[in-house]
Amino acid sequence: MSTSAKIMVDNLGRRTVKDKLFKGLVALLSVVTISPIVLIIYELVAKGIKQISFDFIIKTPPDTFEAMTALSNGELIPGGIANGITGTLLMVVLASVIAIPVGVITGIYLYENPGKFLANLTRNVSDILQGVPSIVLGLIAYMWIVKPITSGFSALAGSVSLSIMMLPMIVRSTEETLKMIPQTIKEAALALGVPYYKVILRVLIPTSFSGLLTGILLGISRVLGETAPLMLTALGSTIINLDITKPTSAVPLLIWEFYNDPNMVDLIWSSSLFLMAMVLTLNLVSKRIVARTK
Amino acid sequence: MNDNLVKIKDPVLSIRDLCVSYDKGKNAVDNVSADIKRNAVTAIMGPSGCGKSTMLRAINRMHELYENIETTGNLILNGKDIADMPTIQLRRKVGMVFQRPNPFPTMSIYDNVIAGFKLNGIRLKKNERNEIVERSLTDVTLWDEVKDTLHKKGSFLSGGQQQRLCIARALAFSPEVILLDEPTSALDPVATSKVEDLMVKLKENYSILMVTHNMSQAARISDYSMFMYLGELVEYGKTKDMFTNPKDRRTEEYLTGKFG
Ligand SMILES: Nc1ncnc2c1ncn2[C@@H]1O[C@H](COP(=O)(O)OP(=O)(O)OP(=O)(O)O)[C@@H](O)[C@H]1O
Ligand SMILES: [Mg+2]
Repeated sequence: MSTSAKIMVDNLGRRTVKDKLFKGLVALLSVVTISPIVLIIYELVAKGIKQISFDFIIKTPPDTFEAMTALSNGELIPGGIANGITGTLLMVVLASVIAIPVGVITGIYLYENPGKFLANLTRNVSDILQGVPSIVLGLIAYMWIVKPITSGFSALAGSVSLSIMMLPMIVRSTEETLKMIPQTIKEAALALGVPYYKVILRVLIPTSFSGLLTGILLGISRVLGETAPLMLTALGSTIINLDITKPTSAVPLLIWEFYNDPNMVDLIWSSSLFLMAMVLTLNLVSKRIVARTK
Repeated sequence: MNDNLVKIKDPVLSIRDLCVSYDKGKNAVDNVSADIKRNAVTAIMGPSGCGKSTMLRAINRMHELYENIETTGNLILNGKDIADMPTIQLRRKVGMVFQRPNPFPTMSIYDNVIAGFKLNGIRLKKNERNEIVERSLTDVTLWDEVKDTLHKKGSFLSGGQQQRLCIARALAFSPEVILLDEPTSALDPVATSKVEDLMVKLKENYSILMVTHNMSQAARISDYSMFMYLGELVEYGKTKDMFTNPKDRRTEEYLTGKFG
């Protein structure tokens, strides 16, 4: 073997080592990234799964005395979080009904009028809104809805605060996904004599559908676990309530209540597990939709 | 350049003093006037960047989408100024096939062909739809290739197949004038010659305005030819005359391949 070839081989050896080191580092960092979520799920399942049953979904929480009795007898805590589940669903659906149309239409407006003063203002305000602490949004909904409209804590007020949280995410994702559609697709539709509003409704929105839906689902999963604004608006309720003008419970509110009652500690874990499962499901569903429409 | 104004009786389209600019003060199409013959194929030739696509896009008012583009002059379609027509009506009469294929990515091949009807909310019976789809796809020689995958997405097709799909989409809606921007640039020789045959057949019922870089194609199928250079219409006349006896030196150089 000539010397130069030998050097090359040596060099190759060193490069292979470097390559392996780098790959190892990347793998290690990936593990570091995923380990928190794995640990969280492990913890929640280990501590919460024993309380999960059909009753957990269809019953309301026990009172302190019932929980204490069960605990001292070494039994599972009776009851469930049905009031929280229905409350969360009620408020999230209502918040979506408010935020989705407003957010999508605003996003379309921003996409259509990129340079306009009002569009730039709207975009900036929307970005600022994203950074407003959720408890402040709760306060605002308290001032706007709880006091003047429902004259008391209500699901409506909770929904309004959640919808304001969702809004900037939907606006942004709508604008960004629309921007990714090639201009030529829009031209193709217009060249067929399709009126502009139909081009938006029947070509642009379907083409960006998976992006829109992902934005919406991520917005929903973001507000699903919100607690602070609901404390000031929906307050909580021990019964299942479907009246939007009345105080209403929510899963994260229940977790907070269980936390404050030493007899209910076990329910914290099962409720958290339930909430986490909802959020994960939403995330997976949105991923599936993206994969399928691509 | 009014000496270019060939006498054409009852033109389908009259272009008068058309100027289009992307940036102020620089005309991509510069003061073009011409009459386009009804039920004929008119070819637009010229080196890259001379404004062929720009002129074609002016005819169905595509430029109005963009604020920076300024269009002046008149385009008279069947005696009516297109500026006075609703764009929707104009674009249904003037179909367009773009330089780059642009099928609707969310729609199946089938739906792409009848997109003009679907998007405009025009209801058709199922057998009418099937018939239009089969006829349009057969016309562009795509039918045999896709007849078993009609319900797959149009964006899965190859570039040349997409281009033919886009021609089929424009044909399905039966416009009066068809604007084609290099319709065969992505096609193989067999498909090209079939599309050429199609155009010859189509001119019985349609008026066709086609941009092409392929001079033998222009010679084969067009009745009239335009030669553009730097936004100007340098020469316009019967294809036969232009190819055998070009009047302008630049046309001659371009046609004989000496240009540039
Ligand atoms: N969107 C645009 N913005 C700015 N300038 C443009 C735009 N489109 C085209 N132009 C310019 O206008 C001129 C004419 O362009 P056009 O696309 O009409 O040429 P063309 O004759 O179709 O060329 P080709 O044969 O390469 O397609 C060119 O100088 C080009 O740079
Ligand atoms: Mg062009």
